[in-house]
Amino acid sequence: MKIIVGLGTCGIAAGAEETYRELLGKLGDANGRIALEKTGCIGMCYREPLVEVRRDDGRCEHYGNVTKDRVARLLDEVVQNGEAIDDWLVWTSDRTGSETAYLDRQQRIVLRNCGTINPEKIEDYLAAGGYDALKKVLSDADPEAVINLVIESGLRGRGGAGFLTGMKWRFTRLAQGDRKFVICNADEGDPGAFMDRSVLEGDPHAVLEGMAIAGFAIGANDGYIYVRAEYPKAIERLTIAIAEAEERGLLGTNILGTGFDFHVKLKEGAGAFVCGEETALIASIEGKRGMPRVRPPFPATKGLWENPTNINNVETFANVPWIVAHGPEAYNCLGTRNSKGTKVFAMAGKIRRGGLVEVPMGISIAEIVHEICGGIKDDKKFKAVQLGGPSGGCIPAELQDTLIDYESINKTGAIMGSGGLVVMDETTCMVDVARFFLDFTQRESCGKCTFCRVGTKRMLEVLTRITESEGREGDIELLERLADLVKNNSLCGLGQTAPNPVLTTIKYFRSEYEAHINNKKCPAHSCQALLTYTITDACNGCMVCGRACPSGAITGEKKQMHVIDQSKCIQCDECYRACRFHAIERV
Amino acid sequence: MSSHRKYDFKHLHYVGQDGKLIPELQRAQEEDGYIKPEKIREIHERYGIPLSHIFGVATFYSQFRLDPVGKNIIRVCHGTACHVAGAKEITRSLEDILEIKSGGTTEDRLFTLETVSCLGCCSLAPVIMINDDTYGNLKPGDLKKIIKDYRKREAAEVAQK
Ligand SMILES: Cc1cc2nc3c(=O)[nH]c(=O)nc-3n(C[C@H](O)[C@H](O)[C@H](O)COP(=O)(O)O)c2cc1C
Ligand code: FES
Repeated sequence: MKIIVGLGTCGIAAGAEETYRELLGKLGDANGRIALEKTGCIGMCYREPLVEVRRDDGRCEHYGNVTKDRVARLLDEVVQNGEAIDDWLVWTSDRTGSETAYLDRQQRIVLRNCGTINPEKIEDYLAAGGYDALKKVLSDADPEAVINLVIESGLRGRGGAGFLTGMKWRFTRLAQGDRKFVICNADEGDPGAFMDRSVLEGDPHAVLEGMAIAGFAIGANDGYIYVRAEYPKAIERLTIAIAEAEERGLLGTNILGTGFDFHVKLKEGAGAFVCGEETALIASIEGKRGMPRVRPPFPATKGLWENPTNINNVETFANVPWIVAHGPEAYNCLGTRNSKGTKVFAMAGKIRRGGLVEVPMGISIAEIVHEICGGIKDDKKFKAVQLGGPSGGCIPAELQDTLIDYESINKTGAIMGSGGLVVMDETTCMVDVARFFLDFTQRESCGKCTFCRVGTKRMLEVLTRITESEGREGDIELLERLADLVKNNSLCGLGQTAPNPVLTTIKYFRSEYEAHINNKKCPAHSCQALLTYTITDACNGCMVCGRACPSGAITGEKKQMHVIDQSKCIQCDECYRACRFHAIERV
Repeated sequence: MSSHRKYDFKHLHYVGQDGKLIPELQRAQEEDGYIKPEKIREIHERYGIPLSHIFGVATFYSQFRLDPVGKNIIRVCHGTACHVAGAKEITRSLEDILEIKSGGTTEDRLFTLETVSCLGCCSLAPVIMINDDTYGNLKPGDLKKIIKDYRKREAAEVAQK
């Protein structure tokens, strides 16, 4: 029997490490009969810590929310007595358990091994058919055939722009140069996206294998993985994976005796969103400030140290071994006409089941939000989804039947981006969301282009004053004009797409902007400066709020209901936070 | 030979050193918690990279610090998911508990409070990270205990010495 604990960052944050240690201690004497293993994240982040019990006959049960204090019962009932604890069961090999719907609707290609193998043991990956694709490619010894296969599969880059991967490989193969490079973009800077982290933590060899196949196809012997510094666990597991693969002769010099060399180096990012942009990323690997440059020349002809360089996203590479092993038809039969295969979405925000889902392209937003992820938390009203991070936009609930493929998403004004999907409910203010993103892009702008540097700052100022009750007539039009200028006068994707969150929220939620500007009201009751604080009759006169108020706006006798003088109130929220009787109302 | 000679201006490429600068700065920061001026000079002398260039890189990336920091670094996520889940409240509570502003360091040099955009655990929003440990699904009320645990550990360490 095996007991497997999910130890991705999300699991660890929910206490999985304590669960693991508790199991280790309690299993001490049963060692040998029961093996304790680690795995990555299976995607059900909302039920972490997750523990799987795999029985000798091949049946398995997954239990959710197994915190340290639940270990004893798990060992007693499940392991000793062989019974299942129905209440904790999330999924079993017999397709029972509360989360069966969550997993059943998914089609796991990129996430095929996440949450099932131990990412720190290459044996596990090999047992799951790992490196077979690389072996096949090397023994066929036909790089052109590999490129044709990837083109035929229809795989498009998962880093944002959706460029055909096979074509990019061909350009790099055809480019002139003695030395070529493969780079894996694991900078994952979009706030709200975490699928690359999960893949790196749960199945690092899949990415390495994909890179080696790309290296062989384009004729490169060196690879770099650029991982953001905020992902220490991913860096740790990748380091182990590279060492293990080199030891087995699956990476390094003369791979599998075929004469093909491929060395992979890890580069840690240093905290700059713009370094996700490919030319900035290359500058950063070279040890410079991560500033984008004009393209063309594209990295395929002039990349790292001026050499032809192929750069792909983590998820793109993780697809490759599967496509080689199963053939292009198995992949291109999934999805829509122009968007093939599957896409992993990172679900977060006001959603019941937040985590990772991998679905075929062409499924609708509504299906993901309601059917797979169980709808909105706390029975609130579904308002919008934000797709594509700071480059993307908000798609309102009315358009929830939009199909997920590159073209349909673009039509709404959002972009597919890397696949972070943040769900918003009625309590989320859309002007504040736009302000939030502009605050982000304004800070992350590298400063090279005037419109990106100054334009985003001006836009942020306008948005800030709208949320602070100082909006003026004409502000919406001013935002639209600035957005147009920033979009058309910036060099890289950061500036060109920075206005998208503003434009989509104006397009779909204009009345919310108007309410802020004209009526000085925030319909979502979220912008503090636009709130009115009043005291209800739940007040018992404890006087705490009066002491908390910094502007002396609250008066009242002991044991008597208090009142707020609106002319003195500065909307600082102190009274609201101080009151223990829920007697302060914010509207 | 002047140390600048090793530096090939035309290609902005350090001869024989494939992009060593950022890893060197990262190492310097790992040793001291921030990049000391001496370390910048050392890197300059070892690799011949102009000081202006080193400083340019060190100030470009948000990870690098040029001022000393506390022993424990608290990073509050202000990514999209955490923002809609109330990251502002988390920062505010931490500011209250630690009696510093975001970006500051406590007087006893035990904590530095920072904000970051997305730690990649968005489904557990709001999230904070203290050093390399991640805490998710937080409520402002949970923070007091977390900070207290760190203070206790520190006190135990001091007592042991
Ligand atoms: C501002 C900006 C940030 C980006 N961030 C990322 C990122 O975090 N991860 C990523 O894979 N691609 C990112 N990209 C896209 C890359 O420039 C590039 O298109 C991608 O890595 C190519 O890989 P693909 O073809 O596999 O998608 C970003 C682009 C821009 C303009
Ligand atoms: S938004 Fe906070 S972890 Fe992603």
